[in-house]
Amino acid sequence: MLKVENLEVRYGRLAAVRNVSFEVGKGEFVGLIGPNGAGKTSTLAAITGLVSPSAGSVTFDGESLLGRSPEQIVRRGVSLIPEGRQIFGTLTVAENLSLGSTARSDRSTLADDLERELERFPILRTYYDTPAGRLSGGEQQQLAIARALLGQPRMLLLDEPSLGLAPLMIDAVFEVLTHLRDEGVTIVLVEQNAARTIEVADRCYVLRSGEVALTGSSDEILATADVAAAYLGG
Amino acid sequence: MANVIQNIIDALALGSLYALFALGVALIFGIMRLVNFAHGELIMVGAYTVVLVGDVPFVVKVAATLVVAIAAALLMERVAMRPVRDSSPATLLITSFAVSYLLQNLAITIFGSVPKSGQVSSFLSESFNIGSVSISKLDVATVVVTLALMAGLALFLARTPMGVQMRAAAENFRMARLLGVRANRVIAMAFGISGLLAGISAIFLVAQTGTVSPVVGLSPVLFAFMATVLGGLGSLYGAVIGGFLLGAASVALQALLPLGIRGYRDAFLFGAVLAVLVLRPQGLFVPRTAVARI
Repeated sequence: MLKVENLEVRYGRLAAVRNVSFEVGKGEFVGLIGPNGAGKTSTLAAITGLVSPSAGSVTFDGESLLGRSPEQIVRRGVSLIPEGRQIFGTLTVAENLSLGSTARSDRSTLADDLERELERFPILRTYYDTPAGRLSGGEQQQLAIARALLGQPRMLLLDEPSLGLAPLMIDAVFEVLTHLRDEGVTIVLVEQNAARTIEVADRCYVLRSGEVALTGSSDEILATADVAAAYLGG
Repeated sequence: MANVIQNIIDALALGSLYALFALGVALIFGIMRLVNFAHGELIMVGAYTVVLVGDVPFVVKVAATLVVAIAAALLMERVAMRPVRDSSPATLLITSFAVSYLLQNLAITIFGSVPKSGQVSSFLSESFNIGSVSISKLDVATVVVTLALMAGLALFLARTPMGVQMRAAAENFRMARLLGVRANRVIAMAFGISGLLAGISAIFLVAQTGTVSPVVGLSPVLFAFMATVLGGLGSLYGAVIGGFLLGAASVALQALLPLGIRGYRDAFLFGAVLAVLVLRPQGLFVPRTAVARI
């Protein structure tokens, strides 16, 4: 479904991503793990059109995503929930959710989908008309996920959804992701929390210094002692 | 007493005008993080339209001015600002200066640097009396139209999908795009509205002064910039309140300064703004998000 080949992303003279290739099949749950600065976030930025890669290719359903704007890419079904949640704090929960539906093509089922997300995250119904900035970090993460789902993504990319959350909230986030996978949503999860990611993902790619250091099914990754080394940057 | 009321009316009318200028600048800054110094030239283009369109019915004159000002704003966005949109704020700022000088010099080339005189409507230059207070219809029109425009803009931003998209883009442009908000569309919309505000500013400006020259936009954009900085860059409400504060301070200085130094009124005004900014560098009504975003 998504195919990234020999991706390279540069910021001036600094190469954040040197040579990253990976594939995600329909319905798969793929983890991208690795230490800080491994190039995970830049990889997601290149896929979603936030930065232009200096080399390599990104194709989704056989069509290249390169040179397309973020607003075009999300309309093709690739939705990113960036690091830090990035909810609109001055806008109400309701307005945040309505913005989530900007990219969807099918408006007839919007009311049903909204109802489903409010069932999934009851806290959002409670604070429906409250400025989203007043929600706690965990509640904002729920809002960010619900908002992205209202765009009817065919593939969901998440960047560090557990960052800065309380342990109970982290459990809740991973539970939601597991549910989404069971519902058939294709997921790419970028995390520093390697152990939890390996637990839920079908397959993982371990990134280090802008390159893929290791790849395999979660079981294979677990069996490889290199994970600890890669994760610790050793 | 009559004097006080007269001054209050003057302050409201001047403040409305400054708020109109400021809102046009604040709207673009909110979304693009660009202080558009060429906003003054949109006012200039509108003012020339008022004068050059000649002796046509009032409604036609207003419509023509608004259409030209909005078209000029959209053109400015498409030709000058869009190509440099992703550049640094400094580049955007210099670009707006360049556009500003270009349009001024274009106006000098086409119309000459000698001011042209014109009239908006003889109706607006009349005044009426309440007791011993003389009120000009232009002042009333300025205040009423400004308040109506602000109410309309507030409704648009709060209630329409496009308005919500614009507020989202102003808070976090990248995230708005990631959700599918079309960058070109919201920015063009912001420029279109700023063109509308510039057109209306131009009508009031010509109605007040009766003249237009290539540099007519310089002073408005200066006051607009001060009002937005005073209110807090990034806040539309701050810009409006900043505009009214500036108007009130200006009228107060005019009334209270001794005759001998009244000519230096604006120096005192700018000094007061500086003093406020020394105490509150972020402005008076700065939104949280403007600080949080880099």
